[in-house]
Amino acid sequence: MSNSNPEKWFPKLIDGLLPVFATIAALLVGAVMLLLLKVNPIEAYKAMWDGAFGSQNALAETLVKATPLLLVGLGICISFRGDVINIGGEGQMIVGAIMGTLVGITLVDWPGWAVIPIALITGFIGGAIWGGIPGVLKAYFNVNEILSTVMMNAIAVQLMNFLLRGPMIDPSQAELASKIPQTARLLDTFRLPRWVPTRLHLGALIAVVLAILVYLLLWRTTWGYRIRAVGQNPDASRYAGVKVRNYIVLALILSGAFAGLAGVMQVYGVNYRMITDGSASGFTGSAGFNGIVAALFGGLHPIGTIPASILFGGLLVGANKMQRVVQVPSALITALNGLVVVFVVSSEIWRRRRQKRRLAEASPDGEGIIPVGTDQGDTSSKEKEVEL
Amino acid sequence: MISDLLSMTVLVGILASGIRLATPYLYAAIGETFGQRSGVLNLGVDGQMLMGAFTAFYVAIKTGNLWLGILSAMVVGALMGLAMAFVTVNLHAEQGISGIGFYLFGLGLSDLLFQKLLGTVETVKGFPKIHIPFLSDIPVVGEIFFRQNVLVYIAFALVPVAWFILNKTTLGLKIRAVGENPEAADSLGVSVARIRYFTIILGGTLSGVAGASMSIALVNVFQQNMTSGLGFIAVALVYFGAWRPWGVLAGALLFSLVNSLQLWIQVLGIPIPSDIAVMMPYILTILVLVATVSRVRAPSALTKQFERGD
Repeated sequence: MSNSNPEKWFPKLIDGLLPVFATIAALLVGAVMLLLLKVNPIEAYKAMWDGAFGSQNALAETLVKATPLLLVGLGICISFRGDVINIGGEGQMIVGAIMGTLVGITLVDWPGWAVIPIALITGFIGGAIWGGIPGVLKAYFNVNEILSTVMMNAIAVQLMNFLLRGPMIDPSQAELASKIPQTARLLDTFRLPRWVPTRLHLGALIAVVLAILVYLLLWRTTWGYRIRAVGQNPDASRYAGVKVRNYIVLALILSGAFAGLAGVMQVYGVNYRMITDGSASGFTGSAGFNGIVAALFGGLHPIGTIPASILFGGLLVGANKMQRVVQVPSALITALNGLVVVFVVSSEIWRRRRQKRRLAEASPDGEGIIPVGTDQGDTSSKEKEVEL
Repeated sequence: MISDLLSMTVLVGILASGIRLATPYLYAAIGETFGQRSGVLNLGVDGQMLMGAFTAFYVAIKTGNLWLGILSAMVVGALMGLAMAFVTVNLHAEQGISGIGFYLFGLGLSDLLFQKLLGTVETVKGFPKIHIPFLSDIPVVGEIFFRQNVLVYIAFALVPVAWFILNKTTLGLKIRAVGENPEAADSLGVSVARIRYFTIILGGTLSGVAGASMSIALVNVFQQNMTSGLGFIAVALVYFGAWRPWGVLAGALLFSLVNSLQLWIQVLGIPIPSDIAVMMPYILTILVLVATVSRVRAPSALTKQFERGD
């Protein structure tokens, strides 16, 4: 048990560093791509670093971008731990924002201290509803959640466009021919407090507090334990008397709720109105997808997702600076994010092999015991009746 | 105005464009069917399509040769399939998640290349409509089915071919065996890895064509994220079609006919908000998934990793 034995801690250290290696690998591939585009990668990455962490303002912007990633990521930690692949973060953010914004543009006579929490909770509920629908579809109708959440994204985008161009449109825009899809501006008193002169808002702090709560939920409560148990072995959970279906729905409801909160915070903390360019990312900035990347990077652990979100928030902010300085489209970052995901899930094989070796050593006759309650994301070893 | 929808010209128009719109779904979903039948869920279809769409468009604009465009889209799709195959078969990466990674990669890279290599939105002269002699002169039917571009014909021809391969050939038997019971297939000497490499690369190739069919046959432009999630719909259509090529065809037709209907509703100025109309195919897909999916069984080994035991 001594910590000084390198055979014990070294593999663990490597495990923890796997995502870092994956990112470095992705950045190296990115460097090759930059070279092919005849751009000096060192210059490009330096611009990115400066843009992300180079000044107080840059850092604040990074944290502003990291906030929705963290919130979406927390939801992803919950759902992926429950073996529910929620790809619907974009739609859940949108619906959360729509419902939260409705509060702000309706209750204009109310004081800010009442409206802000009501709006945030409403956004949370909005996301929960949008996540809950695929949850029910999966649990009770066997509809694959990956597909239904993607469909729900498409539906949410159209709902947003319809509302922001129609019933919820900014009255000043309604008169104009341009009809920019946006709502009226929120009252000054409804804004989340900011750390002036930057745009960093209270939402970032709330997100960090929630990360701790999600950690407690997953590892210190029965609900959380059951969500994880269902994710690891639904059959065993069923025999143990867990109502597997309910926990699938719960995982998606919570996952959607955090995305919904991310959406409403963009409105109350950053833009002070809901605005889009007609696409999902026009409102979300693709946080619904990038939150998945951050959560995976953070090892699907709520606390690990905090630094991961800051890193990816930094990449996004830095990409803008890179675009300005060396004229490389920020789309490069989307591509690199994709590579990080691929590399992170690919590197899991190392962890699994080691785990297997350890198990084989534990039982010399080779009869591998499938560990229930360990934290590996391996799906191959379990039968899944609920999976479509 | 609703009565406008029922006029002959409009009905023919809706059906003809419905057939045309089904093209990219067919290529992508037939490719995905092979993958899933062998036990691999490829969620990167949309990324592969975007890369295919850009490559075909770029090559077609630079060389003026549309077929060369298709060919390069196939190569790029196949390469992305190869990468996906390596990651899923050799590295045992979680399929759903690595697919998302490949999606983001294709989404970003196609946009990056577009901005760097072209920059502005251009149009290309895409595949012309081919009037099939005699058949295209049949009233109504001719107009709907036999005045389409060549990629439409190939897409529809692909359905019986895929059915034949999957159900009537040894290769198809091996693919299905690998997807249902890889351990048994392996013990009979079928290489699970080789079959899966084949199906994933085939799927990537067809996704590439699917993208090309949009950028150089249907729309004739390339834009950032021009598929807007079409590849995910294609994956849904495979479930919808119960992993059978004919079922996939039915799903693709249903989806694209509803899509075509909503486009015509907008063209005719029927007072349904266009945003609401665009939702219809997605809502329909969910409803049909609810109605069908619980009754059919997926390939047993779908999304499961296979590791040869010693």
